[in-house]
Amino acid sequence: MTTSTTLQAETQIRDVLRAHGRLNRDVDQVAVGDDLYQSGLTSHASVNVMLALESAFDVEFPDRMLKRSVFASIESIGRAIDELRSA
Amino acid sequence: MHQTLTQEVAAAPSGTGPVRLGFDLVQISRIEDSVRHFGEAFEQRLFTPDERAYAHDGTGVAAQRLAARFAAKEAVIKALRLAEAGIDWRDIEVCRLPDGDCSIRLHGRARELAQAQGARAILVSLSHDGDYAGAVANVLGSSPTPTEHSSPPPQS
Repeated sequence: MTTSTTLQAETQIRDVLRAHGRLNRDVDQVAVGDDLYQSGLTSHASVNVMLALESAFDVEFPDRMLKRSVFASIESIGRAIDELRSA
Repeated sequence: MHQTLTQEVAAAPSGTGPVRLGFDLVQISRIEDSVRHFGEAFEQRLFTPDERAYAHDGTGVAAQRLAARFAAKEAVIKALRLAEAGIDWRDIEVCRLPDGDCSIRLHGRARELAQAQGARAILVSLSHDGDYAGAVANVLGSSPTPTEHSSPPPQS
């Protein structure tokens, strides 16, 4: 998680992952840098996460951000959200 | 189809381009859940108008058709190693042929990257059973003899 990302944003990301990520462990036990794919995130679930993030943060992920690495961790999602909100 | 695919792979000369496989498996009921939860946004983000039209051309088959197509797109992404490319899912289109087989048509950045890799054709096979749909994609490099079930060269 970048320093500019607020705790509130991290909480929102965790809420989205809890609702749509279908992880194989409690989201609260996932560290911000942990690999979400290793925690059970599938390609389909990552699409759901992306759509839910767009709704939660009122942003839209452009094609250039539709990468596996963008959704690989809470930290990388936070960086992407930061970038989209500051654009 | 399986025989043709095997023959193609065997005939593809080495060192002239990629020969790679990709596979993906999707739970149909979860695709149905996504459509129910996200509505049009889910379908519009992932599928072309023609893919959506085919999926909804029938009763009670939309979720399985969308699931199989999503699996095919992901299989192509794996076979072409595009997971980090940042491409639109709609740039990988599943086209249904008159004989019922499916082919892949690439557009935009997906097409450019496939061509840059030397991909000549992409074979795809979709299937579903019960609550699961799967697809395998086979990227072929330069090869002298196109076959009946090969997709045409990537085009927009």
